[in-house]
Amino acid sequence: MKILVAVKRVIDYNVQIRVKEDGTGVVTDNVKMSTNPPDDNAVEEAVKIKEAGKAKEIVAVTVGEDKAQETVRKALAVGADRGIHVKVEGIIEPLAVSKVLQKIVDKEKPDLVFMGKQAIDDDCNQTGQMLAALLNWPQATFASKIEVKDKSLEVTREVDEGLETIEVNIPAIVTCDLRLNEPRYASLPNIMKAKKKPIEQINASDLGVDTKQRIEQIKVEEPPKRKAGIKVANVEELVQKLKNEAKVI
Amino acid sequence: MSVLLIAEHNNKEVKPFTLNAITAGSQIDQDLHVLVIGNKADEVSKSIAQVPNVKKVIQIDHEIYENYLPENFSPVIIKQAENYSHIVCSANTFGKNLMPRVAALLDTSQVSDIIKVISPDTFLRPIYAGNAFATVKSTDKKKCVTIRPTSFDPAATSGGSAEIVKAEASEATTLTKFLKREEVKSDRPELGTARVVISGGRGMQSGDNFKLITAIADKLNAAIGASRAAVDAGYITNDHQVGQTGKVVVPDLYIAVGISGAIQHLAGMKESKVIVAINKDGEAPIFSVADYGLEADLFEALPQFLEELNKLNTIQK
Repeated sequence: MKILVAVKRVIDYNVQIRVKEDGTGVVTDNVKMSTNPPDDNAVEEAVKIKEAGKAKEIVAVTVGEDKAQETVRKALAVGADRGIHVKVEGIIEPLAVSKVLQKIVDKEKPDLVFMGKQAIDDDCNQTGQMLAALLNWPQATFASKIEVKDKSLEVTREVDEGLETIEVNIPAIVTCDLRLNEPRYASLPNIMKAKKKPIEQINASDLGVDTKQRIEQIKVEEPPKRKAGIKVANVEELVQKLKNEAKVI
Repeated sequence: MSVLLIAEHNNKEVKPFTLNAITAGSQIDQDLHVLVIGNKADEVSKSIAQVPNVKKVIQIDHEIYENYLPENFSPVIIKQAENYSHIVCSANTFGKNLMPRVAALLDTSQVSDIIKVISPDTFLRPIYAGNAFATVKSTDKKKCVTIRPTSFDPAATSGGSAEIVKAEASEATTLTKFLKREEVKSDRPELGTARVVISGGRGMQSGDNFKLITAIADKLNAAIGASRAAVDAGYITNDHQVGQTGKVVVPDLYIAVGISGAIQHLAGMKESKVIVAINKDGEAPIFSVADYGLEADLFEALPQFLEELNKLNTIQK
């Protein structure tokens, strides 16, 4: 079995983002970037499946500017065998990403495609489902447990009501929740080894995919700030404030 | 222009967030139709027909729709979509799972999780866990939009009398099989719609200690939330998680106990009307969004809090 894992480079989850003064976006210069957190879970799960002898090859793919390669390199350091970097400049929407990934799937013919359920920058939560639609494959989104069977996967999904379990035929798309596993850290020797693993470079334009934006970003602004609150001295004061000032109890 | 809204329901009742989505949908265009795909969901259709904002209900009934698999839902939605300018539904796990599959089949770039309708093609949506708001304009001819339910009031549920028409089912998928759903049954208000929410974080130290929170939730008729750390640690089940990748809540009163306040958690609760933080670390970021902060050991503060609440006789239900 072959697993394709899609990873995205985003502003690190620990960074307090700043909105640009001209309203065109958020500041990314000199800001720490990393792999989108649930994409790390997707890589980890693929590696675990390979370690269990159920997969032969893991290919990590990213779609983005030159530096997006860092995320593929990281995936290679934790166990992916080779990488693909589809180069595209500027903002690329989930629909366009899924069309690019469709082309990569056509070429690589993986049995499974894994990725994070949501990117923490645009918070869209679309790409996996869109790719599943374009390929007419089943989708198992928000996965917190994956069991590999003969010709299918049994996937536990985190939904608003609790948990849901579905069985999807292979080939399938899985989008991963943060609770799926605990991503490992790459060891130094593996980071060194990863530098020798191949990353194929492809231009999105060569794939014949139209990556033009369909959604115009008119303005990005700071959300309204909350008024600073107060600290209360004790529980008694807290309850009095909630009752008499805020009038919520 | 007209709007097709995909209803979320359990074949017996409409899920409350569908009503919030109806409000947003009718702000896009008054000609709002609701698609009820289900199995023997007549009662659902009837109740949606009574929502005054709804002009028409389209019901598609078949046993294959019992468990709302997107592989089954998408083909019938695509067929109905022909007559509409907008396809919308709520941005909870139901809509997040379904809508992108529909959008890709329609070759539409979806607008996710809107918090405001500015015009029929322009919307406001949070990005970066709500740390920025983006105004976006969709240039696609047909638009697919998911709606953050807590940003819109629920539509009125009586007074309307929309017609209900039936439409044909499509073929069943062979790609996916539903196996089971483990729902956590509770008599408490739902987290997404509760007037009061009390949440616990890593500071609770164990699942057992959540009983301190439960006691206060009982008293205030509150829903119980949790930070991701508390869910990851196994203190409480995932359906309680509030935050960027969990649920978004906007209660009148949000009480955060033993939660440090990572931006991912704040994303799910910082629009609450009144926020209380109880934490022994006075520097915890949660205090920066709290209206009332109490720097205290929660194991002392929570029993005292319950005691003080018991002295009041004016608690709103």
